[in-house]
Amino acid sequence: MTTAVRPPITPRGEEKVFYDRLREHELVFHRCDGCSSVVFPLRTVCPHCSSESLSIEVSRGAGVVYSFTTQHRAAHPFFADDVPTTLVLVDLDEGFRVFANLTGVENVVVGAAVEAWFDDVDAELTLLRFRPRNDAAGEGRA
Amino acid sequence: MSIRGTSAIVGVAQLDTFKTDGKSPVGLMSVAVTRALSDAGLTLADVDGLFTASSYYAFPTLTLAEYLGIHPRHMDSTALGGCSFIAQLGHAAAAIQAGLCEVAVVAYGSTQRSDAGKLVSMAESSPYEQPYGLIHPIGAFGMVAQRHMAQYGTTSEQLAQYAVSAREWALLTDSAPYPTPLTVDEVLTSPVISSPLHKLDCCLVTDGGAAVVLVSAERARDLRHNPVYLLGSGEAVNHRNISQMPDLTATEAARSSQRALQMAGVTLDQIDTVHVYDAFTISLLVLLEDLGFCAKGEGGAFVEGGRVAPGGSLALNTNGAGLAQVHPGMLGMFLILEAVQQLRGDAGRRQVDNARLSLVHGMGLTLSAHATAVLSNHPEA
Repeated sequence: MTTAVRPPITPRGEEKVFYDRLREHELVFHRCDGCSSVVFPLRTVCPHCSSESLSIEVSRGAGVVYSFTTQHRAAHPFFADDVPTTLVLVDLDEGFRVFANLTGVENVVVGAAVEAWFDDVDAELTLLRFRPRNDAAGEGRA
Repeated sequence: MSIRGTSAIVGVAQLDTFKTDGKSPVGLMSVAVTRALSDAGLTLADVDGLFTASSYYAFPTLTLAEYLGIHPRHMDSTALGGCSFIAQLGHAAAAIQAGLCEVAVVAYGSTQRSDAGKLVSMAESSPYEQPYGLIHPIGAFGMVAQRHMAQYGTTSEQLAQYAVSAREWALLTDSAPYPTPLTVDEVLTSPVISSPLHKLDCCLVTDGGAAVVLVSAERARDLRHNPVYLLGSGEAVNHRNISQMPDLTATEAARSSQRALQMAGVTLDQIDTVHVYDAFTISLLVLLEDLGFCAKGEGGAFVEGGRVAPGGSLALNTNGAGLAQVHPGMLGMFLILEAVQQLRGDAGRRQVDNARLSLVHGMGLTLSAHATAVLSNHPEA
């Protein structure tokens, strides 16, 4: 077991809103009140129309793998026990892309169907993760 | 108004391009600066414009100026990652044309290898990526490679072909750090670091210092060396974080190079030597496509059959570049140096006959920023 501590993150402002909602097991994105564009990550201004009015929506958490990589080394001593680890870029059905890791599967391919789940890793932090989606079971859908 | 041909590189130097003998990053930079000035027949007292970027120093022009004891009147710490110095060629030319400085020095130094192979970077991580342990930069390039393979059928064998070609070029230098040929099989049997990329899909981790001196084209003609003119300069921004890269297989390199070529008034088929940032086999492949040397998705087939090896149809990275010669954290300066060697006719066994026009293209971070320079030993292309 590693004794290293998790490298801290310092989300600020709208970044903190995202993490606060993850703590509530919600994956959130913005929809612009001005032009209806889907905006992610959360922003203070719409990159399409410059509106400062954006509304938070909650994703259903269903998507497909846009790309992935399996790392065979740890980026930080804290992650030493997790190697190999598969990181994914997931295109959510609502039309935005997130970065996270994939659990519960040895091999993955571009285009694989996945679903979000929420991992309360400690007393303060919840992380978004993905796992293979089995639409028939439907268990644990975000 | 254009900066086309208004400035020229008149002095260059590089040192300790594999392992330094005990110099700090700014120490390497400083020796490179004084040697490049000496190469130009100038001295530190002539320098009034200072350009640099660094993974070590948050305020690199201040650090370097203090170390050298100089007081330039124009400073530029443009931070675009590894392509910063290629962008700074254009910035220096603009500053010289505007009268903001007369003798501009662009410098870089790194002790990445002496730092035990650990990537030194001050770069902050996105709060949306950082908790997952992405290894910067290879994790992101693994994702680029997986996407390219899924979309276009690119293979690990094809990626390995570029590493093999780069090593062949390096063997034509007197400074190749690994002076034996490389095989595709050796690349494919080296450990996978971040799938599908193997250890030998990655650039070297070296030390190195380098500097170039630019002055106006008019002044350049009175100095010791045949000037290497900056005919075109272009930049483009792609993204900052890999999760915000719209298309993992295509970049803004096309726009950056088009801006530079258009300014120079030349087309790709007129270019004699090509110097493209190769942090990884896959990054080189994507950039070759975006620069227009082959169609999107055909980079894998393009580097097969020795096309980019010595004797091939494209004189690409003629010293082996990042994969086989030098890569001290940021490569951009060393791409410029190799182009200057070719355009001065100083490239020895790897010299491209009658080289007149060179294209230098750099990227920064994970295909995030792009900068292109068109250089020539003639003021008119």
